[in-house]
Parts: sequence; C-alpha cells; structure tokens
Amino acid sequence: MPSIAKPLVPLQPLQRNDLGLTVRDYEGAPSTLCGGCGHDSVTAALIDALFKLGIPPHKIAKLSGIGCSSKTPAYFVRGAHGFNSVHGRMATIATGANAANRELTYVGISGDGDSLSIGLGHLAHAIRRNINMLYVIENNGVYGLTKGQFSASADLNSKSKKGEPNLLPPIDPVVMALSLGATFVARAFSGDKDRLIPILQAGLSHQGFALIDVISPCIQFNDHEGSTKSYLFTRQHEVTATDFVPPREEIVAAVPDEGAITVTMHDGTAMRFRAVPEGYDPSDRQAVARFVEDHRARGEVVTGLLYANPDVADLHELNKTPSAALASVTYDRLCPGSDALAKLQQSFR
Amino acid sequence: MTTLDTSKDLAGQQVRVNDFAVKLANVNGTGSASANGLLMRAIFRMGIPVSGKNLFPSNIQGLPTWYEIRVNGSGWTARALDYDLMVAMNAQTYAADVAEVRSGGYVLYDSTWPLDAALSRDDVTFLGVPLTQLCVEAFERPKERLLLKNICYAGVLVALLDIDLDLVATLLDETFAKNERLRESNQRALRMGYDYAREHLACPLPFRLSAMDATRDSILIDGNTATALGCLYAGATVAAWYPITPSTSVMDNFTSLCRTYRRQAVHRPDGEVDYRNDYLILQAEDELAALGMVLGANWNGARAFTATSGPGISLMNELLGFGYYTEIPAVLIDVQRTGPSTGMPTRTQQGDILACAYASHGDTKHLLLFPANPAECFDFAVRAFDLAERFQTPVIVLTDLDIGMNDWVVPTLTWDDAYLPDRGRVLTSADLDLMTEFHRFADEDADFVTPRTFPGEDSRGAYFVRGSGHDKYGGYTEIPDKYQEVVDRLALKHQAAADHMPGPVVERRHGAKVGVVTVGSCDLAVREAAELLDTAGRPVDVMRIRSFPFQAEVLEFLDAHDTCFVVEQNRDAQLRSLLVLETGVVQSKLQSVLVYGGFPLSAKHVVDSITRQLGG
Repeated sequence: MPSIAKPLVPLQPLQRNDLGLTVRDYEGAPSTLCGGCGHDSVTAALIDALFKLGIPPHKIAKLSGIGCSSKTPAYFVRGAHGFNSVHGRMATIATGANAANRELTYVGISGDGDSLSIGLGHLAHAIRRNINMLYVIENNGVYGLTKGQFSASADLNSKSKKGEPNLLPPIDPVVMALSLGATFVARAFSGDKDRLIPILQAGLSHQGFALIDVISPCIQFNDHEGSTKSYLFTRQHEVTATDFVPPREEIVAAVPDEGAITVTMHDGTAMRFRAVPEGYDPSDRQAVARFVEDHRARGEVVTGLLYANPDVADLHELNKTPSAALASVTYDRLCPGSDALAKLQQSFR
Repeated sequence: MTTLDTSKDLAGQQVRVNDFAVKLANVNGTGSASANGLLMRAIFRMGIPVSGKNLFPSNIQGLPTWYEIRVNGSGWTARALDYDLMVAMNAQTYAADVAEVRSGGYVLYDSTWPLDAALSRDDVTFLGVPLTQLCVEAFERPKERLLLKNICYAGVLVALLDIDLDLVATLLDETFAKNERLRESNQRALRMGYDYAREHLACPLPFRLSAMDATRDSILIDGNTATALGCLYAGATVAAWYPITPSTSVMDNFTSLCRTYRRQAVHRPDGEVDYRNDYLILQAEDELAALGMVLGANWNGARAFTATSGPGISLMNELLGFGYYTEIPAVLIDVQRTGPSTGMPTRTQQGDILACAYASHGDTKHLLLFPANPAECFDFAVRAFDLAERFQTPVIVLTDLDIGMNDWVVPTLTWDDAYLPDRGRVLTSADLDLMTEFHRFADEDADFVTPRTFPGEDSRGAYFVRGSGHDKYGGYTEIPDKYQEVVDRLALKHQAAADHMPGPVVERRHGAKVGVVTVGSCDLAVREAAELLDTAGRPVDVMRIRSFPFQAEVLEFLDAHDTCFVVEQNRDAQLRSLLVLETGVVQSKLQSVLVYGGFPLSAKHVVDSITRQLGG
C-alpha cells in the first residue's frame, strides 16, 4: 500500500518489469489520506498497472485538480512529472499538455466534486476531444476535504453521515460519458484490486480518452448505513458486465475462448474480457447505456469494462499534428523568416 | 499640426491639401465597410498618411455604424472630432450626423428622396447625389442595388476629394480578381458615382488630396493581424481560445497564417497527399479552459498563448494566479473593450490595466506589455514569449479594440533571421548529470529565476507542480518562513523583469515644466496634442509607458515635473493608480485626462482638458 513506509532492502527479490524496474520505482510519497480510504487502494492498483505495463516513469505525466483524490498523484511514480492544478480544471491542463507532447502517458486523477460539479464542463469537452489519457474519477459521493457535503454523484435519498437525505438526482459519469461519445468507459470498485488493475491497464493502453469511474468509499463521511457509496453497499449491489482475462495467466489457466471478448487496442495489444451476462457487447453504445441504466434503476452498480471503441481519432489524429511532440519541433521549422514576412506584407499595401 | 500647401483655388476658396476628416454614416451589414476600406486603402496607396476608424455596433445587421477617415500629411492620424465632410447614408442618424459637421463643411446625401428642410443647416453645403435611383436604374438584382450604392458613393468621393481614380479601379480589380461579374458591376458603380459628381458637383472640394511619398515603407495592418504574426514568428505551436469580440480575429488570423506557413504536404505510401500541421489550435469551452490549456502546454515545453478580452480576463483570474505561483510561462493577448461586465463589446477602452496587473487572489503581480499600434503588437507579441519563458510567468499584452480591429499605417515589419527564442532556464538530462539533486525553486539567478525541467526528459528532473503552499524545494509547506521565502522571491523576480521589458518612450520639449504620461493607443493623439500645446505656448514633455513593472526612468520622469497629466481611456484613472501604488510618486502631482466613452482618443480631448486644468 502506498500509505506504508517500505523497508529499504526488500525481504525477497522484487519482480522486475521489461525496463528492469521494480514496483518500488512506481511508488511515491507516503499517503496522507485517512487510513482505509478507497483512494489509497486506487493508487496501489495504479502503481501495479503502470509497473506491469512497463511505462518509463519519466514518460508519465500525472495530473489532478483539488480534493482528496487530487492529492494522490503525489503518492505514485515519484519519477513522473506531477501537476496538481486548481479545482475542476485538470482536464484543461491535461488537454494543453497533451497538445504540446503526445508522447507521454497521461494519468488524470479526479474526484466526483472535481469532475461532476466544478469541472463537469471541462470533463465533457475532454471526452468530446478524445484526449489520449487515462481519466480516473475516484467517486465517493461526498466532499471529504470540506467534511461531508453531498456531491453531484450522491444517489437520490441516500443519507449523509448526519442522516440527511440527498434530494437531488445523481450525475452518473458512465452514462454521461456514453452519451458524449466517449471511446472508453469503465467502472470499477476500489475494494476489488484484482479487477481494478486490468481495467486501469486497459485504460492506459487505450489511444483516446479512457474514463474509469472508480467507486472509492470515503470511510470518514460516506461509509455508513444509508450511503450508496459505501464498501458494503457496493459489494452487495455490484453487477459485473465484463471481467478481465489476464493475458499471462490465460495460458496457465486455460480460460476457454468461448464467451471472451477481445478488444484490440490501438498499439495492437489485445485486451480480453469475459462478458459475464451472455451476449454483453461492449461495442454497442446504446445497449451498454441501457444495461447500465436498467441496473441502476434496480439499485445495482454495474462494473467492468463497459464500452470501448479504439478506432476513433484522438485530438492529434484529428488535427494532423506531427507524430513526435509539437514541443520538440525545432524553431527553424516554425518561423517563416524575413523573406516570407516581406512577401506577405505586399498584400498589406 | 502643420498645415500643408495652403492656397486658394480658382473660385477664391481657401484650399487645404492632405488635411481633413471625413465621417461616413452607414447601416451595418449593408456592405459599406468594404467601400470605406477601399477609400482608405486608395489614400494610403497615394502615399498619404491616413487612418480609418470603424465605430461599429455589437450587431450583425441593421444598426448605425460609422467610419472615420482622417488624412494628414504630417502623419497626425489620431481620431479627429471636426468633420469636413459627412457622408450621411443612414436615415436613422441623419439629424445627429448633420449636426456633427464643422461649420463650413459639407454633407453628401442620397438625393433620391427630398431633404428634410428642418434638418438643414445654413453653414453647411449639402451635396445631393441620387445614389439609390442611379443604382436601381443600373442594376437588376435587389442585393446588387443595395451593395453597389456604397461603391457608387465611393466614386462620388473619388471625384470630390481628388482620389486617384485609376488606383481605386485597380484596387477593385484586385479585390474581385476571381469574379468577373462582380468586377464589372463594381467598376460600373464606381464610374457612375464618379461621373455624376464630376458633372453635377463642384469637384474637387476645397479640401482634397495630392499624392505624396510618405507611405512607401509602410503597410496597412490591424493590430490583431500583427499580433497573430508575432505569435507565429515567436514559434507558438499551441493556442487555445474562446471567441470574444474584439480579440477573435487574433486567432482567426493565427489560424490562417498557420495554414499557410505551418502545414506541410505529406505523401502517403498509398499515393494520397496528407498534411502535417506544426500547430494545434484549441477552441476551448470557455476562457478558464483556454488558459488551463495554455498553462498545460507551456509546462510541457511548447510556446502557447490565448487571446481574449476583459470578460475573459475575469474568468482567467484563478489560473493566472496559479501560473504566477507555480511559475509556468503563458502569453495572453487582451484586446480591451469597454467594461464593466459585458459593457460595449465593439467599443474601445483601456479598462483592464489594474485587473491585469494584479489578476487573481492573494499577492499576485503580472508582467504587462502595452503596444501603441500594430507594429508594436508584432514586436511585443514576440517579446511576450521571451519574457514569459525567461521569467517563467504569465505575460499579458494589453492592446485594445482601436489598435486590434482598425487598419493602421505603420512602418513595414522587419524580422531578424538571427533571432532565437529565449527559452529561459531549462535543464536537460546533460545538465542534471552535473547536479547532485534538482529542486524546482532553488538555485535562483540574478533575476531571481530558478531552473525548470520539461516533463518527459528525465526522472531526476521530475517535480510536482502545486498551487498550494510550497517551499523552495517544491514540497508542500504550511511553515511561515518557508512559504514566505518563495513568495518573496517572486516579488523580486517581478521587479527584476522591468529592465528586460520595453522602457518608456520619452519626448522632451524645450522649456517644458509639465509632463504628460500616457499608454497604448493614446500615443498618437497625445503626441499631436503636445504639438498643438507647444504651438499655443505650453510646451509639455511626453512619456509613453510600454510595460509593467515600471522601470526607474518612469519615476525619474514623474519626479522631474511639477505636474504630470496621465492620459488614459478609463473612468478610474487606472494607470495613474498603478503609478501611485508602484513608484511612490507624490500622488497630488498626478492629474488625469480621462476619455472613456468607447471611441478612440482625439488630440482635441487632450488639449482641451489640459488647457482647462492648467487654467487657460
């Protein structure tokens, strides 16, 4: 766990990834969040996912807004550049950063206040632009840092710690993202690391905007009876739409091909998911939205990789920018020079 | 102001050559803008200093709009308030327009309809041309009849003012090079107006043009085009913006320039031709997003900018403070319009000076540049990027609607091919090899700037950008001394930038005891006013401020004069306030000349106010 200080010399030799790095190289500063916070589990899963994908730490850019969740980029990959921006604006910073350098892996960490209230507009437009990034909403239905106000994802009639019912309907980022044309939509539960890690890996591999809504309970303000974002409620009401088939274990476990969905990512890697309900099709946007809505109406939380379309052009493909970072284009290629200026000005006569 | 070549014509009238003002009253959306621009361009091509001020409404079609052309052989082309000729083409404003003509002046009107006797003036000559009737007879389509009426009155003015007819015809040919039908009908309308005037009116009028050679090394350009060119030449690759009058044409121009100069054809293996764009322009969802994108791109090592106006600056406040505190470069172009709130979007003002100087909560100060004309827009846009990167902070270029959207005659822009962008202090992997440890806000130089690193370069250069309290190592802090150490350095860095920024332009006159301080687009009117005051026996020294923070010369100028008039276009004397706050000058010696109704400044405003305040 990221919140725990580790011994400098490990008891057993640590596994190394393709770069020869260990999971320690993907850790960050010790967490300052409350013990048992769901966000720390997400951080731990992210560390694992980045380690397993073997992304060089300095090629990772981690960004966030304001809130408990937005503190967490400090707690993973200390060798990555981090950007803790202002409340709700992380998507805009990530958009500009991505515009300047398409070669980095962008990890945006946000919360339900940051993404569904103050930053809702920016999230919507980042989805429309299909910015190539992983965008994680650590969703706990509550404002933690300001001590317990309902957020825009709190369910109707769910109760606050003080017992007050929530009078407003929730914004479901999954349904919203589907309607906005998102190219990768998933939901996971921070309490289920085994399924969270592969979904994060799939999101990181997706060329385009990968939205992962992670139900991440707030043990201080929203983990009580009557809360619909508690550990207990999520465990009791979780319905899995798809389940990841890990590629390495695939051979060992000999998972039959039958019933497995293969989603080929842009870089050619295949992500295999088992459709739990028979015939679930993560490429059918309308059907996915219907599935999620139907289950929500029954008080159930659908998790898994819900929708993916890897074939949509991202921001750079749409704008036909160079394959290397715009920021690396040398100045001689950018400045038209004095002769061109003189020639242009003939039309200003 | 020097009066040129004054003599009498055959009828014994006093003749004024290359020194007059024409105001054209039109209805917007009826095609008058192209006719008015045509006349102004023709005068420019005749080698005569000229200005064209478009006083237009925030509307697409149907409301009153005016265009003022001032011709002045000596180059005094600030807005004139005395109109020698009114081209009264708008029935809605006819009465007010006729009232504005100077005594002894002329009114050109459409005599298709009879003149309202009640609106006549004895001291003004009315020149009637049946423009509507001529166009109805000559053209068939309703739209042509309406649009070509403008070219027809342009033809009348060519005759009345002695504009070179062949030159105007050439300009029309250039404009409609690709459309023979329009070329023909426009030429016909031009001749029609010209011939009618020659036949029925006493041409030319006593004020008229005579070709000069004063614009040979000049161009006709608006500030927003020049700004966009500056951003192109500075090497900006990312731009993010939200449409807002009067700054929209900055990005429109940047876009079309990029399409011309930054797009390379790429031959694909399948034989198809594709493009590679060395730029990315993001039309953001709002101004907050625009600045967020600019900061993200600059953090990542691209030169990125946004263009906006006052309401956008208001929205960008939070991220401006963020950029200042986290020391991320950013270039903002603020084409000022009248505030507060929505204000008058198509009218000019210098009302954002204080809002920009201290934008955002907490102790923040920004670097400001104040261009006075399109030539400086080009120059300062380039310098803004260098300053932003050298001092790792947002830089705001404050132009205004008058500079940004009107065509100005300025010296031909030049470019030094030896120029290289000043990226400021950026560490590479090789630099990091030589260091034991990198800390983002440590190791300041003489200008209090600390080195930064770009993401993607090296893990050893990784740091955590945070708008929360941080110490010089970049770590989170709530400890008073460690917090203050960083913000104190930021204040010193801000002041240190002054000597790297364009200093004041000072113009001294023998015997002057009074100083006049001004900024931005007031420049021409103030310098003309200084000439007029000198002629009237009241010499003044003039200082035009070009940047903030202020250089030492600014206080020296203020100290050297018993009284200084600060001329600016806002209600609250914002430049004066900034001078008082930042230089420690004795407040009482600064008096104000404030013109803020939304139209560009005239020398007359300045002369009248200063004369009145000095008691005379």
